[in-house]
Amino acid sequence: MEQNTAIALRHITKTFGKVVANHDISMDIRRGEVLSLLGENGSGKTTLMNMLAGIYFPDQGEILVDGKPETIASPRDAFQYGIGMVHQHFKLVDIFTAAENIVLGLEESGKLDLKAVAARIREISDRYGFEIDPDKKVYDMSVSEKQTVEIVKVLYRGADILILDEPTAVLTPQETDRLFEVMRNMRADGKALVIITHKLHEVMEISDRVAVLRKGEYIGDVATGETDPQKLTDMMVGHATSLNIDRPEPVNPTPRLEVKDLTVYDSMGVKRLDRLTFTAMGGEILGIAGIAGSGQKELLEAIAGLQDITKGASILYRPADGDGSPMELMGKTPLQISRAGVSLAFVPEDRLGMGLVGSLGMSGNMLLRSYRSGRGFFTDRKSPERLAQSVKQELEVVTPSTSFPVRRLSGGNVQKVLVGREIAQEPSVLMTAYAVRGLDINTSYTIYRLLTEQKEKGVAVIYVGEGLDVLLELCDRILVLCGGQISGIVDARTTTKKEVGLLMTKFRKEGAEG
Amino acid sequence: MSRETHAHEPWVRIVKRDGIARPKAYGIRILAVLLSLVVSGVFIYAITGLNPIDIYEAMWEGAFGTSRRSWVTIRDAMMLLCIGIGLAPAFKMKFWNVGAEGQILIGGIMTAGIMRAVGDSIPTPALLVIMAVVSLAAGAAWGVVPAVFKAYWNTNETLFTLMMNYVAIQLTSYCVSLWENPIGSNTVGIINQTTQAGWFPAIFGQSYSLNVILVLILTVGMYLYLKYSKQGYEITVVGDSENTARYAGISVKKVTIRTMAISGAICAFAGFIAVAGSSHTISTTTAGGRGFTAIIVAWLAQFNSFVMVLISFLLVILEKGATQIASQFNLNDYASEVITGIILFFILGSEFFINYRLVFRGKEREGK
Repeated sequence: MEQNTAIALRHITKTFGKVVANHDISMDIRRGEVLSLLGENGSGKTTLMNMLAGIYFPDQGEILVDGKPETIASPRDAFQYGIGMVHQHFKLVDIFTAAENIVLGLEESGKLDLKAVAARIREISDRYGFEIDPDKKVYDMSVSEKQTVEIVKVLYRGADILILDEPTAVLTPQETDRLFEVMRNMRADGKALVIITHKLHEVMEISDRVAVLRKGEYIGDVATGETDPQKLTDMMVGHATSLNIDRPEPVNPTPRLEVKDLTVYDSMGVKRLDRLTFTAMGGEILGIAGIAGSGQKELLEAIAGLQDITKGASILYRPADGDGSPMELMGKTPLQISRAGVSLAFVPEDRLGMGLVGSLGMSGNMLLRSYRSGRGFFTDRKSPERLAQSVKQELEVVTPSTSFPVRRLSGGNVQKVLVGREIAQEPSVLMTAYAVRGLDINTSYTIYRLLTEQKEKGVAVIYVGEGLDVLLELCDRILVLCGGQISGIVDARTTTKKEVGLLMTKFRKEGAEG
Repeated sequence: MSRETHAHEPWVRIVKRDGIARPKAYGIRILAVLLSLVVSGVFIYAITGLNPIDIYEAMWEGAFGTSRRSWVTIRDAMMLLCIGIGLAPAFKMKFWNVGAEGQILIGGIMTAGIMRAVGDSIPTPALLVIMAVVSLAAGAAWGVVPAVFKAYWNTNETLFTLMMNYVAIQLTSYCVSLWENPIGSNTVGIINQTTQAGWFPAIFGQSYSLNVILVLILTVGMYLYLKYSKQGYEITVVGDSENTARYAGISVKKVTIRTMAISGAICAFAGFIAVAGSSHTISTTTAGGRGFTAIIVAWLAQFNSFVMVLISFLLVILEKGATQIASQFNLNDYASEVITGIILFFILGSEFFINYRLVFRGKEREGK
């Protein structure tokens, strides 16, 4: 074993129910080195690092800290071994100052001396080049300042092994440069750094070594100097595996949704979608590929009428032949869209948080789309109940009864309830976000079959997916999003995994920016 | 290789239940009530040396000892129930309406004001309708204020409704000094004592029959509203997830405001019943904390109106019984409150055991 190995993982396996998140992973983290942990969404990067941070406990395998096998059963244990993790979602108390957040949870005896704390924070900042004001309240801080507080927090606790989970996802290019500067300083100071990312140009810029995960497996590691983005993409996406999804040729596709110049800012004023222009055709499945957070959620919600869209955009809906004239959906609420006779089915990513009512049963959830129907003050209970029964039967939903709260069903069954309801409203546009996430193979194929059936009926299906294999075999065309922009629209029948993978990370010869 | 997995396992852990069969849940609740009686029995004996059975008997006497006592118990339970019914839709929507006190007072002021002003010129049945309608409208308006602020500016409804209670109390003080009778008494006195104009008429020879009828109509109505109406469905969806509501095209703002109008109106209606159907006067203590007690009623019943009937009675019986034993056995007032406290503690505590179970070390992995 090398002298500077800080942490060695040996044969680590972690499963959640039936899903294997990490399988037999062995790797080293070294001092004085920046290691990039690279992989697609769901490849197990964060799970693996969470085991070092004491959030999860491995099912099998062992973790060696400085060569000795140790138990990391809690974040407190992790700190004891000098491991600190900065999570993607910050864990700060808004109404506290930076200094108060930093000492929060430390069990030090004696009186809390915030002046001394501030002095030590300044000392840490000076050493690594942070810019931080210990007395500033968190609610006054920008995202990048909050991240700085998180990093100083782990340094304050004496961490010398730092794990940063997608730190640049929320930063501007300038802020990213400053973060990398700080990381280089820490590396020079002999600290071990792990950065989880899927932005290839950042990997090339900051890291000394790259370790690649794919579908929970450890593919290998290479020195950054000896590789290039092309090779890394190959490692990340792997070779195409055939899934044998039945894909009929689209019959007579006609434009259904014409999206033009779609721009969306989130509530924080960050641009999430940047002038998207594309057409979704009735009778085909349009796949949307992209790393997580590239604007997929915002795109679907914008079409569904759930996002504030910047002026100048247009979402033109063209009904199927002879069913009336084109209609502008932009600026309409979901209710106005459905009142206008546009049947828009939407399976959102957060099923219980957005698509379903967790405390109600299947029939209560079927009611969500139809409860306004019929005159009178009271709801019609019979037809949703019938629908619930038929969805239960056709999609083989496992539930004690149609009134059993859907919150208590397993993920796959929850998904079936949602997809079943959305397809039952005979949509003309069907949008699904990660429709097969967390589902077993059989259920996934059921969903593929249902989507293909809809396509054959002439529905415009928009499928946001994360597995490239599925996108390549299920869809007719693939639209690739990168950083809120369309980086390409390709023919799914002729493209390759490599091509889509490169578009996702937008690696181009001239060098891309995040 | 799970050799060290259990290194930090504590002696007992709390695990959320996946679900519980209804009979078992009720079993736990009944057990809690029985257990609370035993514990308070031990408490009574330890402090006073009195026989707990005697005490419980006296408590029962206090609530149902005479026909008049029984009717007072029923009247008070109906009052509590009415407020609980009013709170249910708001709480089901996860809108923390702690402003029932104020909403009751607003209804009370309206009723008392009309009763004083036009009591002699309008026949009582018409007067009752006018007072009811004005109280409902005023309560709705009072309830809508925090809802509008919540819907449009996302203010904290708990603080907002709570603070509006104090505004209502001040308004009531002002009205009391305005309507003082006799001058200098600092009370409004019994309104229309001689003519009884605007008082609830006796039905079947009982002066509180109308209270019972009105509140029971509301109870059934609220049950149907929450469970079977389109608006009730919208309340459920908004309470479960606002995003799902938006997804389904439900206007969260509209539902919030509409529901609080209903909630405020019914609470004010309770104020109308309190003044016209019970005390025939108004004071700052007309609500008397029942706006808060009713929160327990609504929550414990999980917003099921029929269960609320039971809980209202339970709480009122406890209260009456406590007062009775305080006087009968010369116990300090606090002693009876301690008993009420113990019983409530056990009932509320039982909800914990319905939602969670304890897992002791070494007894893991039997059921999952």
